[in-house]
Amino acid sequence: MDIFLSTRDLAVGYNGKALIHGIDINLRRGTILTLIGPNGAGKSTILKTIAKYLKTICGAIYIDGRSIDDMNERDMSFLLSVVLTQRLRTERMTCEEIVGTGRYPFTGMLGILSEEDKAQVRESMELTDVWDLRERDFMQISDGQRQRILLARAICQQPSAIVLDEPTSFLDIRYQVEFLQILRDMARERGIAVIMSLHELGLAERISDDVLCVKGETIEDYGRARDIFTRERIEKLYDLKEGSYNPLFGSLEMKRPNGEPRLFVIAGGGTGTGVYRELQKMDCPFVTGILHENDIDYPVAKDLASEMITERAFMPVSDETYARALEALRRCDTVLNCLSSYGEANARNQSLAEDAKTLGLRVIAHPEDYSQ
Amino acid sequence: MSGKGTDSSGRLLRYGTVIASLAVMFLVLIGLNIVIGSVRVPLRELLHILFTGGGGDTWQGIIWKIRLPRLFESALLGGALALSGFLLQTFFNNPIAGPYVLGISSGAKLTVAAAMITAFGAQRSPGSWFLVSAAFLGALMSMGVVLLVARRVRRSATLIVCGVMIGYICSAITDFLITFADDASIVNLHNWTRGSFSGATWDDIRVISVVVLSASAVVFLLSKPISAYQMGEYYAKNMGVNVQVFRIVLVLLSSVLSACVTAFAGPVSFVGIAVPHLVKALLNTSKPIVVIPVCFLGGSVFCMACDLIARTAFAPQDISVSSVTAVFGAPVVIALMIKKRGREM
Repeated sequence: MDIFLSTRDLAVGYNGKALIHGIDINLRRGTILTLIGPNGAGKSTILKTIAKYLKTICGAIYIDGRSIDDMNERDMSFLLSVVLTQRLRTERMTCEEIVGTGRYPFTGMLGILSEEDKAQVRESMELTDVWDLRERDFMQISDGQRQRILLARAICQQPSAIVLDEPTSFLDIRYQVEFLQILRDMARERGIAVIMSLHELGLAERISDDVLCVKGETIEDYGRARDIFTRERIEKLYDLKEGSYNPLFGSLEMKRPNGEPRLFVIAGGGTGTGVYRELQKMDCPFVTGILHENDIDYPVAKDLASEMITERAFMPVSDETYARALEALRRCDTVLNCLSSYGEANARNQSLAEDAKTLGLRVIAHPEDYSQ
Repeated sequence: MSGKGTDSSGRLLRYGTVIASLAVMFLVLIGLNIVIGSVRVPLRELLHILFTGGGGDTWQGIIWKIRLPRLFESALLGGALALSGFLLQTFFNNPIAGPYVLGISSGAKLTVAAAMITAFGAQRSPGSWFLVSAAFLGALMSMGVVLLVARRVRRSATLIVCGVMIGYICSAITDFLITFADDASIVNLHNWTRGSFSGATWDDIRVISVVVLSASAVVFLLSKPISAYQMGEYYAKNMGVNVQVFRIVLVLLSSVLSACVTAFAGPVSFVGIAVPHLVKALLNTSKPIVVIPVCFLGGSVFCMACDLIARTAFAPQDISVSSVTAVFGAPVVIALMIKKRGREM
């Protein structure tokens, strides 16, 4: 394993007081490690300590085999560069000049850029797709562009590792995806080790090789992204009680509606998910079925429905299941039928809808039509 | 079409034009400051005095003992003020920081007044180095208070208000000292506390040249770390700057520059804010390597012009140069605050 950055029993905090202890990470070249966890859990504190902005409380940090205690600012500047959360305020500086500051460790006494420095600036700006902005004032571009300029600045420093503190915070979804894609390509192509904090779990899961879960005092979890992003681990990390985390979509569901359900939702094949969420907003409890366990509506139904009538994956709906559905139907006064086409696989949902009519239940097609 | 060459040569042309215009103004102001005054010296006589050392005694005295030292003083101290302001703006990342509004000039004024009173009390005339040292001490004390405040307040407007308050306190104590000083020293002190380039001697000029020129040279050599610091402390550190040491150096340099001004000319207002701002606007950059020398030149030109007005507007009565710099400098500060209001003031 080609470990570039590691910590040994690291404790971080302010003014000599440890906030989090027992941090042991190993960051390989060309990989991305993401710190996730609740607000105020100390993600930034860890990153600031690694970038040597804060003193370690105890333990050690090694970059390229050397302890950072043995390095001064200049030594560090050749190994590691940063992209910070604080909004940078500049005065009459063009984007190219901002990126050019990344060449600081390489320039002479007066900081004048050589042709090679300029070539590096251009290369980094092209890599992050901001070369066209080079003459623009840094304060007069969008947040998404600014963030990419700062990434170009960090790349231009030719580091072996980049530390980013919530780099996607001010970005819209398009810029988030673009930004992280650049980061991924850069890590892969240049072998740069990336360590960053992210708020967006969905993005964290998709971008990270490894994930460190930070939750006050100690590290809650550390491992491969696919092992960390499970329902239990994420819900525990964030003390999620009011809603739920869906590992399949990397998305969050709101709190399940309370009360005795009087509404039966017939759904399947993706017709139900939007409806379930509508009903959640109306705080309207519901039963749903008949769903196969591999149905695309199943995960959201599981988080939001009071009761589910389900069938095992790839199996025809059995008589027992159908009987359970009918029984649930009898306890309701309304049926919301999301289905508009039927085939062999959901034939029994069609008969369920017909049975509902026979039973004299009100049948509606949209959640707005329902009143409790 | 707009290749890289065109962009950078356009920029160089702009720098060149600004520097050339300022240099022309500089030379013109030298001429005007020598020629114009309450006593008219004929041109032929003037050239005679300047280049052969001859001429009538009175006229020679006026040129060599009064106008030329005053001219040098305004040029050197103007440059010092502008640089000091630029350093403080960089340090606090705040465009309206300057030695006057942060109370640093007033702190220097207080200790210089105390030093003068002590010296006069001992029946001695205070030496130039003695005054500069006293001013430096006062400047550092004010700066210390400002730094303590800055650690606690994040809002830049609050910092400025605190600086102004520190200035008032120092001025009040200075007034108090002057009230109880001997009659003999009062006239001297009173003129000086309002800010003026009058009464400069060649001795003063020697000390000023040494202090100001060497400090300015150091500032210029630091333009690389200053450029890093403009990106904020964290980024500067990541670029390899030893931020702790650098901050101390910045404080010392800006204090020594503004202290030198106060020791010889008293507090001169707003030059430190107005000049760097105008220079950056003219050059359309804040790159220290260009801004630092042009700031010095701009400060010289600004103060020479203001002093010319101070000397001649109500001749033979001198008005304080600080009044003139305030008239031209304060509007710039107001404009800056209005521009900044939209952001996080």
